[in-house]
This record gives sequence, structure tokens and C-alpha cells, in this order.
Amino acid sequence: LGRAGPGSAAMSSGGTLSILRSDSYAELSQYRDQHFRGTRYDQERLLRKSCTLYVGNLSFYTTEEQIHELFGKSGDIKKVIMGLDKVKKTACGFCFVEYYARGDAENAMRYINGTRLDDRIIRTDWDAGFKEGRQYGRGRSGGQVRDEYRQDYDAGRGGYGKSVQCQ
Amino acid sequence: MSRRRHSDDSDAGQPHKRRRTSEPSEIEERLESLICRVGEKSNSSLESNLEGLAGVLEADLPNYKSKILRILCTVARLLPEKLTVYTTLVGLLNARNYNFGGEFVEAMIRQLKECLKVNMYNEAVHLVRFLSDLVNCHVIAAPSMVAMFENFVSVTQEEDVPQVRCDWYMFAFLSSLPWVGKELYEKKDAEMDRLLSQTESYLKRRQKIHVPMLQVWTADKPHPQEEYLDCLWSQIQKLKKDRWQERHILRPYLAFDSVLCEALQHNLPPFTPPPHTEDSVYPMPRVIFRMFDYTDDPEGPVMPGSHSVERFVIEENLHCIIKSHWKERKTCAAQLLSYPGNNKIPLNYHIVEVIFAELFQLPSPPHIEVMYTTLLIELCKLQPGSLPQVLAQATEMLYMRLDTMNTTCVDRFINWFSHHLSNFQFRWSWEDWSDCLTQDLEKPKPKFVREVLEKCMRLSYHQRIIDIVPASFSVLSPANPVCIYKYGDESNRSLPGYTVALCLTIAIKNKASNDEIFSILKDVPNPNQDDDDGEGFTFNPLKIEVFVQTLLHLAAKSFSHSFSALAKFHEVFKTLAESDEGKLHVLRVVYEVWKNHPQMIAVLVDKMIRTQIVDCAAVANWIFSSELAHDFTRFYIWEILHSTIRKMNKHVLKIHKELEETKARLARQHKRRDSDDDDDDDDRSTDREDGPLEEQIERLQEKVESAQSEQKNLFLVIFQRFIMLLTEHLVRCETGGIDVFTPWYKSCIERLQQIFLQHHQIIQQYMVTLENLLFTAELDHHILAVFQQFCALQA
Repeated sequence: LGRAGPGSAAMSSGGTLSILRSDSYAELSQYRDQHFRGTRYDQERLLRKSCTLYVGNLSFYTTEEQIHELFGKSGDIKKVIMGLDKVKKTACGFCFVEYYARGDAENAMRYINGTRLDDRIIRTDWDAGFKEGRQYGRGRSGGQVRDEYRQDYDAGRGGYGKSVQCQ
Repeated sequence: MSRRRHSDDSDAGQPHKRRRTSEPSEIEERLESLICRVGEKSNSSLESNLEGLAGVLEADLPNYKSKILRILCTVARLLPEKLTVYTTLVGLLNARNYNFGGEFVEAMIRQLKECLKVNMYNEAVHLVRFLSDLVNCHVIAAPSMVAMFENFVSVTQEEDVPQVRCDWYMFAFLSSLPWVGKELYEKKDAEMDRLLSQTESYLKRRQKIHVPMLQVWTADKPHPQEEYLDCLWSQIQKLKKDRWQERHILRPYLAFDSVLCEALQHNLPPFTPPPHTEDSVYPMPRVIFRMFDYTDDPEGPVMPGSHSVERFVIEENLHCIIKSHWKERKTCAAQLLSYPGNNKIPLNYHIVEVIFAELFQLPSPPHIEVMYTTLLIELCKLQPGSLPQVLAQATEMLYMRLDTMNTTCVDRFINWFSHHLSNFQFRWSWEDWSDCLTQDLEKPKPKFVREVLEKCMRLSYHQRIIDIVPASFSVLSPANPVCIYKYGDESNRSLPGYTVALCLTIAIKNKASNDEIFSILKDVPNPNQDDDDGEGFTFNPLKIEVFVQTLLHLAAKSFSHSFSALAKFHEVFKTLAESDEGKLHVLRVVYEVWKNHPQMIAVLVDKMIRTQIVDCAAVANWIFSSELAHDFTRFYIWEILHSTIRKMNKHVLKIHKELEETKARLARQHKRRDSDDDDDDDDRSTDREDGPLEEQIERLQEKVESAQSEQKNLFLVIFQRFIMLLTEHLVRCETGGIDVFTPWYKSCIERLQQIFLQHHQIIQQYMVTLENLLFTAELDHHILAVFQQFCALQA
């Protein structure tokens, strides 16, 4: 296989093929943060050059160290910001991972998204960039919205959803 | 944004124009899609799909010839796993339109020349193979193909060219023969015999010093790790002995023989290999990775032998599939599993072998390591009844052969296995590996298990690891990653600095500033004060000890806490670690505090380099220091060193890029000024405009030079320390009459190799210095051999 020469993908006489350009794992999802300050256009522009990923479906017990170890496999991590319950200030099952280079974040989307951490399938998505306040859950009880209305029992995320617990 | 038209048909103006300009690219997309998808799973047969497509393309030739040419040339270059599908298509088109066939061949030759000019050798091989298969499709006349191969082989007669150049031309010739050997031999047997005998003599006389450096295992049993050209030559020789009968390659053109043999063939224009230039960079030699043979799957179809040409073709195609779809793991897995012939060959075994071949490839895997982990998981999902078992079998085999596995490859095995297990609840039959418990902990097998368990812990937590292994494995379990604070206990109050540590603790908890910390530390005596030579006042190891121990202990809760601590007290760190000894001591104290938590050490070292508390050379010296000798063979140490080197390399590239960008800005400024030329020839104003940019360029130039010098120094320090360490060991063994080849020695010499391999592009710049200064003839031959093997890689 050897080393690829410079500029291997595109050549003046041929370019590349769209089936080989396919990179569905690294594309933007449909989700847009509704609290984003700015236009949709700004938001997408930021998402397309972002080095920050949102990571969801974490266990409440998953530590920054575990996240660092797993996400470090796609490149050097600049910062991990744990998501916190707004009231309790404890981990509530999400985080942000910021890389120095976008390419490393893309590889995380391609190879770490949809695999397991603490036995749970985690999900990653592009984030427009961390801003103070975004580390807090937006659910009424302080955690994430998804844990407010969840009907099932999830031992790693506080048991039953909040609405069920209040019954 | 244009206004939306509500009635396109009534308006004869813009809408038509818009439609017309968008149409050609739509057609091109459609053509590309049609061509790329032929050969995929379909309700109709491949033959009827090809026939249909040939008809469509033939009809489109009058209007879209150049686009079709471009697309076909591109699939020839980028979809080699579907080679014979596309050569058949071209064959059909040539049969219908002779001129088109000729133009296609010309376009291919142009593309081949361009690839060679820009060092795209891997893609060039695909083009050569494509051209050779076109002989089978009656597009190219066999004698002209033989003539091209004669020119390729004659490259081996060139003087003063790198061996890797001749290697490539030889490889391009030999690797096409599985496809076209039969046809060429039938038409031109005398010429082919001559070529093959020239090949044999070249292969006999070429140097193979590089081979040991690229082998995954140092042992030849159970499978020899052959040099790639040697292996291919054995395969071609066997093919010839079998009268060029090759039964694996799918050849759709056979079904069209009656049509194709009516076609007129083209002659390849005489092809002169472009000469070797200073800028030519040829592919590095390879060693063929083999871990399975037919005995490993006694129930299933027979695995083609290591010297069968089928083995070569299967491996090439599987590698090409990964290369095409590495970004799309589900597609990649599906394409691998739908490789044709999967009931005649043990496909799962081939796939697992090819994936491990890439993962363990030296110097580096073609793709990022984590891709292979996830790809294997996808494959397990698609074949849950069979693939996991093959993978388990492979893991067991790799474990059995750890004693002779290259250290770098063991690293990758550790990373892969621990990450894989973390996706499957760490389920593994550890008892099967109890044999390693009776061995010396430094031996490869117990060492491997220890490192795997440590990595598994990093992905989970300490108690989990204790729970998943049998009790007998506790000797290999990782330490509980807690911090060691020397001033923690009342019983330590006699230690010098104990009271200052208490003071600091209280101050830091009360949000003290850097200045307050300085004033507390002022009272710490300097144990070195007696042998101070007048310059040593700044280096006070006790100050460093007390401050770093206390701070790290207070911030031990998480990485974020520790990073905040480093940031908040950055000024104190910078001052205490101003001298080289200071930097080294900071690193020592970090180690003392966190030796149970290698992951924490790694992230702290990373942060300290990035915030310039320590520099790369300090980290290198620390790694080779006697304090770290006990941990010298542990995986985390080398992760830290390679991460340090990578940071240095990225830093140099970044500044270099800044310099180039600023130069470009200046050039654009000049151009703009030259183009809007007035009679205004005020030289002073132009100087003023250039001034700040020129100043910036000068400053950046200095920065680049100093960064490059720091980078070179880092490598020299590392090599020097390796030489010292290895020489010490060799001398000790010689005088003591003991065997040189201890586990430590194997690990150390392979770590040295790893430095060369992992950073070969940069180290190439220092060859003269290395040869004259460090790797001289006086050096012990064991150490010199590593350097010589490295030199041989691009010779």
C-alpha cells in the first residue's frame, strides 16, 4: 500500500467520484439547538467548521477520564466539558468534547459515534461551540429534557424519568 | 437569491437559461452514478447490466464523450476492486466505437504519466493493471502491452536510482500478471520469458536490509513474513507453473467473447518511464502479513495458499474496498462481506487477516486505528454467527505469538483489544491465558495482559476490572489510580517543606493569588544552596516539590480540576520551572504524585507542554531519566513521548504555514499594486505598505528557524539517550557474558525503531547529522543496524 503522494484525492484530469466522497457519518444531523443566538445560516456555518461535539446518552456515572480516553482515539482533545444537572450540579448524561482539529472531530463522528462507553451506545453530533450556560440540562427538574418524560427505567440515568418518578 | 417563478412555462427567458446551465452537471452526475453502480447487487445479471450501460453510453458519446472519458478514467484509477467490470465495459464500447476506444487508451496514458509525475504510485498501479486487463478485452494489442512492460523492467538497469524506484516498476509489471499473464504468454512467450528472467535476476540482487524493520513478527513460524516483491514473485512463478490458469478473478468479458474478438485493437504508444527526479517519492517497501492458512478453518472452504495468485488477488481487492469506503463503516463492512466467491473461500478469515494486516502495518496503518476497531464491530453485527468466532480465534493466535511480535504492533493490539472488549462488556475467557501468570512480569504475554487491563480500566473504572478477571489475575491488575500526596499524613510532618505544604493548602483553598503563593514559597530553603555555582538560585527543587505536590493533590478530583489549577497558577509554574533542571523536576514530581494514574500523567504533561511550563526536550530527558527506568517499558511512557514529538511537529508545520500565508499576502499586495498602476511612483508609500508585512515575515522566518532547530534538537536528544542506554546494556551483557536479548532489550531496540518509523519523513532531513554525529561506524553493530535498516527504506 505504501504512502499516498500529495494531493491524492483530486487530480487535474479526473477529480474524484461522488460515491467515494460519501461521508454520511460526518454530516450535520437534523438537530438544531433552539437556544442558539443567531440565524440558521450562522448556526450552520459554525456547525460546518466546528471542532466541538455534543455527546449524548452517557451514564450519569461516566467520568471525564473515560470520555477523554475514548474520544482521544480520534485525536488530541482540547477540552471536555461535562454536562451538569442545573440544580444538583452533578453529571446528567451528556458532555461536550472539543478537539484542536476538525479532522479529529470528524473521525470521532465516523468511528466513535454509535459505539459503546460504559456499556451504553453513545451518540455524537456537531455542536456550534460551547458557551457558558450550555453545560446545564434544560429539563424542568434540572437534568436533560429527555429524562423528564422518559417512561422506561434506566439505571445509568437516575432510574425512571422524572414525570414517572413524580407519580 | 433569485425570485421564485410561478409560471415557468410562460416565461421564455431566465428559467430556460437556469435549466440549461444546471442540466449538463445533472447529466454528468447521472452518468457517473450509472457507471459507478454497475456491478452492484441487481435483479438483472451483470452481463445484461453491462450490455445495457454500454448501449446508453454509446448513445451519449456524441454529446458527452469527454465526460464519459473522464468518468471511466477515474473509475479505473479509484475503483480497482471493480477492475474487470470496467474493462469489460470499455471493451464493449470499443467494439461499438473504435475511435472512442483509442481516445480512452490515450486518456489513460496521459493520466498514468500525470500520476507518476505527482508521486501517486498506488493509483498508477491500478491504471497499469487496468490497461493490462484491456488486453483481455481486445482493446489493447498484447504485443504493445509487452513492450510497455519491457520498458518497465528495463528501469531495473538504470544507474544511480533508488531501489524503491525499480521496485515500483517491477511491482507494476508483476502485479498485472494475474490478470493478463495468460494472454501475454500466449502471444509473446519468448519476450515474457526474457522479462521473467530479468525479473528473477533483479530480485536476487536487490537489497533487503529494510525487511526486519517492517516485519510484524521476528519469527518465521508458523508463517514467514515475506518481503512483498519476494512473495509476489513466488506467486507469479507458481502461476506460470500452473500454465497461467487463474480461477478466482471474475472476468465478465468472457461472456462477451464473441463480440469482443470482433473488435479492432489499439496499440499502446511507446511508454518511457519518466526519469527519476529529486522530488520523486516512491512507495515504501512492505512485508506481507499472514496469520491464517487452510488449517485454521478445517470445516470451511480451503483458504488459498500463501503463494497462490488467488491469495494475492483477494488481498488486493479487500484492501481496495477498505480504501474506497473507509469513511463509511457500514458500507465498508457490507462491501467486504459481499466480495464475490464467498462460498469458495473462507471470506471471514480473509477479511480479518486483511484488517489486521492494515492495523499492524509498519510504519503506520493506512487509516486511523480506531477505524479498524469500529469496522470489526460492524462486521460482527452483520455476521453475528460467524465473525466473532473468527475474531476470537485471531485474538488467541495473536496472543500465542506475542513473544516475537514487534513492540509497536503489540501497542496496537493492546489498543484494539481493550477498546473492542469495552464494546462487549469486557467478556473474555481470561482463564485461557493463565499460562502468563507463571511468567516473569516483563515477558511479552503478562505484559500484554497488564497493559490491556490498564486500558480497559481507563475505559471503565478500577473495580470493574477487578470484577471481570479471575482472582488469580490480580497480580496483573492495574493499580487503583489514586494520587500519592507525600505531605498528606501527620506522620510526615518531619519532612522538609511539610509546614509550607500546609500553608499552601490553606492559601489555595482560600483562592490565593500567584503573588501570595510566591511569598509563601519564599521561605522554602534551597537544599542545593551549598553546591550552588552562582547561577543556581532559581532552581529550588524543594519549592517545586512542595508546590506541585500540594496543588496536584488539591486538584486531584478530575482532569478539569487539574487543568484549572495549572492555568490559575501558571505564573508560579513558569517561574519555578524556568531552568532546564526546574522543568525536569516538575515532571519528576508529577510522576511521584500520579504514578498510579498514567493517564493523568499523560494529560498533565500534554497541558504543560501546550502552556509552555515544560518543553519537549525536558519531557524527552525525563523519559530517559533513571527515575523512570522502572516504567521505561510501559506503554504509557511511549504514548507520552510520541505525543510530545507530534506536538513539536505540528508546531513547526503551523508556523511554517503562517509564514507561507504571510508571504502569499505580500505577493498579492505587490500584484495588486502592480496591476492598479498609476503614475504615482511614490516609493516611500509602497515601502510603508510593505513594512509591517515584511517585518512579520522576518519575524516568522526566525520563528520557523528556531522551531525547526528545537525539533531537530528533540530528535537528537532522543537518539542520544537511546544510544547511551542501549550501549550500557550491551557492554554490561558483554562483560558479564550474558545474552543480550532480554525482554527489556527487545523492547528498547524496537522503541528506537519506532521513533525512526513513526517520524520518518522528518528524520530524513537529519540523515547527514545522524550519520556523522550519532550513528557512526564505532557504534555497536546492534544499534547501527537499526539506522542502516532505516536508511534502506528509501534507498
